[in-house]
Amino acid sequence: MGIVEAILLTVITAATPLVLAAMGELVAERAGVLNLGVEGMMVMGAVLAFAATQMTGSPYIGILAGIAGGALFSLLFGFLTLTLVANQVATGLALTILGIGISGQLGEPYVGMSGTKLQPVAIPLLSEIPVLGPLLFRQDLIFYMSIALVAGVHWFLFRSRTGLKIRAIGDNHASAHALGIDVIRMRYLAVMFGGACAGLAGAQLSLVYTPQWVENMSAGRGWIALALVVFASWRPWRLLAGGYLFGAVSISQLHAQALGLGIPSQFLSALPYAATVVVLILISHNRRMTLINTPASLGKPFVPDR
Amino acid sequence: MRIELEKRPQASAFYSVLSPFIALFLTVIAGGIMFALLGKDPFSALYGFFVEPLLDIWSIHEIAIKAAPLILIGVGLSICYRSNNWNIGAEGQFTAGAIAGSIIPVVFYEWHSPLVLPLMLIFGMIGGALYAAIPAFLKAHMNTNEILTSLMLVYIAQLFLDWMVRGPWRSPDAYNFPVTRDFAPEAILPELVSSGRTNLGFAFAIIAAIALWFMMRYTLKGFEITVLGQSQRAGRFAGFSSRKMIWFSMLLSGALAGLAGISEVSGAINKLQPIISPGYGFTAIIVAFLGRLNPLGIVAAGLFLALTYVGGEAVQLTLSVSDKVTRVFQGLLLFFVLSCDTLILYRIRLVLAGRPGAAQSGAS
Repeated sequence: MGIVEAILLTVITAATPLVLAAMGELVAERAGVLNLGVEGMMVMGAVLAFAATQMTGSPYIGILAGIAGGALFSLLFGFLTLTLVANQVATGLALTILGIGISGQLGEPYVGMSGTKLQPVAIPLLSEIPVLGPLLFRQDLIFYMSIALVAGVHWFLFRSRTGLKIRAIGDNHASAHALGIDVIRMRYLAVMFGGACAGLAGAQLSLVYTPQWVENMSAGRGWIALALVVFASWRPWRLLAGGYLFGAVSISQLHAQALGLGIPSQFLSALPYAATVVVLILISHNRRMTLINTPASLGKPFVPDR
Repeated sequence: MRIELEKRPQASAFYSVLSPFIALFLTVIAGGIMFALLGKDPFSALYGFFVEPLLDIWSIHEIAIKAAPLILIGVGLSICYRSNNWNIGAEGQFTAGAIAGSIIPVVFYEWHSPLVLPLMLIFGMIGGALYAAIPAFLKAHMNTNEILTSLMLVYIAQLFLDWMVRGPWRSPDAYNFPVTRDFAPEAILPELVSSGRTNLGFAFAIIAAIALWFMMRYTLKGFEITVLGQSQRAGRFAGFSSRKMIWFSMLLSGALAGLAGISEVSGAINKLQPIISPGYGFTAIIVAFLGRLNPLGIVAAGLFLALTYVGGEAVQLTLSVSDKVTRVFQGLLLFFVLSCDTLILYRIRLVLAGRPGAAQSGAS
C-alpha cells in the first residue's frame, strides 16, 4: 500500500465519526430541533461502547451499546425541550456538560486499558479492485454504516412520506400540526435518531479511531459536526463531502506533525477548529442563502394547542 | 400517562423565585442516588459535599476564590443570553484575558511600579473583549453563528496558552516545567481580609454584579437588552439596533471573562501554566441560568457552584470518589434548573387517560 493510500485511509477514519454525528444532527435539525448536545451524546457513546466491548469481548456489542446509549441519553434532551419546552440551546449545553461528566465517571476504571479494535471486513470481489478496494471495501462495519446512513437519510428525507413530514414540521410546525402530524412524537424520534448516530460516532472513536478510553475523547468533534450540518446546508450528500473535507483537515495536522515542519504542534492542533470557523464564515456571509436553507422552525419551541 | 402543558396567563412570580430552589433540591436528591450507586453512604457523602466545606474558614475562603470568576463570567453571560446572543466561549475569553494580562509580569518583569497591577487588569479586560470581538464581528457583520465560533475559539485559546508557556514564555529557571516565571509581589492581587486567601477578585465580582443589576433594572440600556432579547422586531421599532447589541453584550461579557482570567492568574495561581481553569467558563453558563439571568441571583448561584467545586475536592479525599462527581453534579443541576423553569410559564398536568385532551378540546 502506497503512502497516498495510507493517508487517504486515515482521512476516512477521521471523517467517519464527523459524518455519523452530523448525519444524526441533520435529521434532528430538519425536524426543527437544534440539539447542541452532540458532543455529550458522542462521548457517552464512546465510553459505553468501550465498556461493553471490554465486558463482552465483542466490539459489535460495543457498537450496539454506543447506539443505544446515545439514543437513551438524547431522550433527556427530548424530554426537556419537547415536553417541558425548555430552551434548546441551554438544554443542549447541559447535555454536553452532563455527558462529559457522566462519561468521565463511568470511564474511570477503563482509563489506560488497551481496547479491542474493530476489525475490517473485506467485501468479496470489490475489495480486490486496485486502490479503491483496500480504501473503500476493506473497512470496518462502522464505515459501511456511515455510507449507508447518508444514502438512507437522503432517500428517507426526500423520497419517503415520513421524510416529507419531518421536513414539514421543521419548516412550519404549526401548519404541520394543523395537518394532523404529531409534531412532538416525530421530533422525539428525530432527536433519538440523532442521539443514536452520535452514539455510533462515539463508538467509532473508542473502537476504531483510537481503540481505548480517554476522558473527553471526542475533543470538540461534536461541535465540528454541528458546523458541518450548517456547511452542508442540511443536505446529506453535501454533508458527506464536507465530512471528508473536515476529516482531511483534522488529520493533516497529524501528518504535518510527523513531517516535523518546525511549526509548533499546538498551532497544527488548532487547525481543525480554525478551519471550522473559516468555513462557517464562508458559508454564512450570504444571509439570503442561509435563510433559504435553514429549517424555518429550527430551535423554536412548540406547544400543541388544545 | 403523559404530561401536558398549559400556558399561564402571566409568568408566575411564585415559581420564578421558587424554581431554582426546587432544582437545587432535586439535584441534591439525584446526587444522593448517584453516591448510593457508587457504593457510598449518600448522607455522609452529601454532608461532606455540601455542608462540611461551610464549617471551616479555610474552605469558605476557597469557595470565595472559586466563586469570583464564576460570578464575573456569569453576570457577563447573563447580559448576552438576555439579549439572545449565545456566547458559550467564555472559557476562551477567560484564557485570552489571562494571557493578555500576564504580558507585563512575564515580559516586563523588571518593571516595578504600583501601576503594574491596574494595567494588568486593564490588559486582561481588553484581551477578553478583543477575543469576544471575533465572534461578535462575525455575527454582526458576516451573519455567522456565534455559538459555534465562540466555542471553537476556546480550543484555539487553550492551545495558544499551551504553546506560550511551553515556548516563548517558559520560565528560564523552572527546570523545563511548562510555567512562566512567578509574578512579582506587586503583580499579585492583594488579599481581601487577613483571615484567608480570598483576594480582590471577589470584590470585583460583587461590584460587577451590582453594577449590572443596576444597569438592567434602572437604565435604558437594560430595557434595550430585554426588548431586543424578547423580540428583535419590537426592538427595531423602538429604534434599538440588534447589531450594536451584539457588540455591546459580547464585548462586555468578554471583558468580564478576561478580568476573571487575569484575576485568577494573578490572585490564585501567581503564574501562567497550561491549565488555568477547571472549566469556569462553562460552569458559569450553569451559574447564569441558576441565577435566572439576574445579576444578584448569579452571586448566589456562583457561590453555590463554587461550593460544588470545593465539596467535590473534599469528598474526593475523604470518600475516594473521582473529581468527575463535581461535573456530574453541575450538569444535573443545569438540567433541573431548565426543567423547573417550565413551571414559571406553564402549568404542568399529568394526564392519565390514553388519548388525552380530546374531551377538553371539544369544549374549548
